[in-house]
Amino acid sequence: MSPTPAVEVRGLTKTFGRVRALDGLDLTVPAGEVTGFLGPNGAGKSTTIRVLLGLLRADAGTARLLGGDPWADAVRLHRRLAYVPGEVVLWPTLTGGEAIDLLGRLRGPVEPQRKAELLERFELDPTKKTRTYSKGNRQKVALVAALAADVELLVLDEPTAGLDPLMEAVFTQCIREARAAGRSVLLSSHILAEVEKLCDTVTIIRAGRTVESGTLDELRHLTRTTVTAVTDGDPAGLADLPGVHDLAAHDGRVTFSVDAAQLGTVVRALGGLGVRSLTSVPPSLEDLFLRHYGEELAGAGVQ
Amino acid sequence: MTAAATLVPARAARGGERLAGTGRLLRLALRRDRVRLTAWLLGVAGLTVYASAALETTYPTAADRQARGEVMSNPAAVMLSGPGYGLEDYTLGAMVANEVALTAMIAAAIMSVLLTVRHTRADEEDGRTELVGAGAVGRRAPLTAALALVGLADAAIALLVTAGLAGSGFAGADSLAVGAGIGLTGLVFGSVAAVTAQLTAYARAASGTALAVLATAAVVRGAGDVLREGGSALSWFSPIAWAQQTRAFVDLRWWPLALSAVLVAALVRTAYELVGRRDVGAGLVPPRPGPAAASARLTGVVALAGRLQRAAILGWGVAVLLLGVVYGSITDSVTDLLAENERVAEALEAIGGAGSLADSFAATIGLYLTLVVAAFAVSSVLRVHGEETAGRAGLMLAAAVDRRRLLGGSLAVTVAAAVLLTVVAGLGTGLAAAAVTGDADQLGRLFGAVLTPLPAVLVVAGVAAVLVGIAPGRAVLAWAAVAWVVLVGLFGPLLKLPEWVTRLSPFGWLPAVPAEPADPAPLVGLTLLAAALVAVALAGFRRRDLTA
Repeated sequence: MSPTPAVEVRGLTKTFGRVRALDGLDLTVPAGEVTGFLGPNGAGKSTTIRVLLGLLRADAGTARLLGGDPWADAVRLHRRLAYVPGEVVLWPTLTGGEAIDLLGRLRGPVEPQRKAELLERFELDPTKKTRTYSKGNRQKVALVAALAADVELLVLDEPTAGLDPLMEAVFTQCIREARAAGRSVLLSSHILAEVEKLCDTVTIIRAGRTVESGTLDELRHLTRTTVTAVTDGDPAGLADLPGVHDLAAHDGRVTFSVDAAQLGTVVRALGGLGVRSLTSVPPSLEDLFLRHYGEELAGAGVQ
Repeated sequence: MTAAATLVPARAARGGERLAGTGRLLRLALRRDRVRLTAWLLGVAGLTVYASAALETTYPTAADRQARGEVMSNPAAVMLSGPGYGLEDYTLGAMVANEVALTAMIAAAIMSVLLTVRHTRADEEDGRTELVGAGAVGRRAPLTAALALVGLADAAIALLVTAGLAGSGFAGADSLAVGAGIGLTGLVFGSVAAVTAQLTAYARAASGTALAVLATAAVVRGAGDVLREGGSALSWFSPIAWAQQTRAFVDLRWWPLALSAVLVAALVRTAYELVGRRDVGAGLVPPRPGPAAASARLTGVVALAGRLQRAAILGWGVAVLLLGVVYGSITDSVTDLLAENERVAEALEAIGGAGSLADSFAATIGLYLTLVVAAFAVSSVLRVHGEETAGRAGLMLAAAVDRRRLLGGSLAVTVAAAVLLTVVAGLGTGLAAAAVTGDADQLGRLFGAVLTPLPAVLVVAGVAAVLVGIAPGRAVLAWAAVAWVVLVGLFGPLLKLPEWVTRLSPFGWLPAVPAEPADPAPLVGLTLLAAALVAVALAGFRRRDLTA
């Protein structure tokens, strides 16, 4: 029996007036793992997180957070988690340092050395009023406050939106350290590279519903590998093999994609044609993502 | 060295280039502010003309006006009016110049400060100037456009006031002196703001500094005029005095307005000098770093609410204190005056309860001051709503903060501040009355009159809390509650509204202390009602979704 998941959501439903923001959503964050929470804008990521934080009340379905009820036990549970919103709004007349201390104290005791260390790593000047901060610096305030907290769960809603690449690298390192320290992380994002780098499991949602969920490896099995080869024989026959898609041959060079389950058969057939060069690109989260949202992209005129 | 040469543009072209785009920026500013400007112009000019025209209704006879004139030599009255030209023969025109004009000047000055900063430093702080400056726009263009906008607005106020006064039958030349004085005083403080906007990198600091200069000018003018009727040497240090020293409607002279014009020119020149010496976005005074860590006192939501509201509490506190001192110091003389004006006496009796006129007046003061406190209380309650719509309430609730604590903690600050303001207002009124009359009993009498309506203030705050707790989308309706209690409180008795209507306001249940004994039943009842409203608000806030 594995330990209780940090987050367990089943059939979550939430409507705002006539808009159904969540429509039977499922999400699990296993204890001690980093879970990526993917979806386009408006898919319901932030709404789910706000239900988990007890800011919104679900209409139907169950949500468990660290083994408790996110609505009824909100304060008790919040002592054990830290949250970084996607859009950080601070008190303009407070300095960054004051805001970090305040956010920390609202949860519990604050460790000054940990705060100082994170301020240094994120290169944040805590003596400036938050009104003068850029979006990235406001984000850093929330990140430092959250990462300095001694908590079991980090809930991060698109936390790197305003950060430059150097700061993103610092963030990545901090999340790896959090994981090594045994913390669970729910990381909502639409930056696929970030999720591929950091996450053990991934949940992809669309229009308030979960469309894929599992470990990155499991999800890769759901997608196709892209193969490019130069062969002696005519590769046109490959198109008839099961699991082969989008085959294009030109001057002996062939490109196609193949379902994970059929990869072995196709490689054997390819071998019979006399392969002179071969590259295969493993399926990326991006392919997976694009496959799920392909029709929306097509609608928007993107190939 | 051609490269270096091209960096220094030909001198002839520079003047025009520095102003390039001014016209477009001015049109943009007029377009952005069309509603705001209309409201300011109609508000300032309309109220000035209305208040002037209404004087005849309030003081129909020369005897009424003369009685008023005697009150106006009281130091507190001088602080809030003018140097007192024409008090010996207090005509309607002299009343306009002495009493109405000051309010209009200060309103025009506030408008000019806010507009100037809005179109200079605020644009710069928000980054719009950078966007605009990257176009073919000269370095001086944003400041010039802002000054042109403010100049147009002040000129419009001057014209509207002049036309309105002349149209109401006041002498044309004197009306122009009053109107021009108001407009020029506005422009003086707009120019002050043009300078302060160059000094600091923050819009709030820029307008705050300019408004502090305005407040200082108002106090210097008042103190100078208190020292000597007609103004002492001290008065002349204040630009506000210059506009009043035209002696409009008494013995008109124009040259004091030249002082205002010269000061405007000097300030504008200084602002242009400064704008040429600094980077876009930077101030001449570097921003001071704040504390890197929160003080030990900033422990939770109550401490935070206190910290965020302390400036507002201080501001409202000074306002009710001054108002209390003014009311307190005139109770004695007003009572004498009222004994002679039957209509006002009747009205006062209807508001402040039957009994001696002095008692009715005391109860009326209590009502006025606590209505101000009620307005503060509502603005204070609505802060929680502001935190919610800004998204900061979510940030706090996502930390280990209970919802009832978030709303309840903020409400506790509101209640404590409302009690504090009422006590300050009561003490100010009572002490001033005791000092002016030399009768120590006045302190207790007026303190009681100001403190009695406090439970009704708490009920109004409770209504605002219920809206915030249950119907956040309609939270601004709390201001309708304030409007209702003000309307019923000030005009209900005059309009002879039926009792059940006045009782729809919590103030309608109050005993008119000191005219009537302080019956505890309604006071306890209102306090309990306020507590019940807060309980409903807390329960509602706990159950609902957070809006942002």
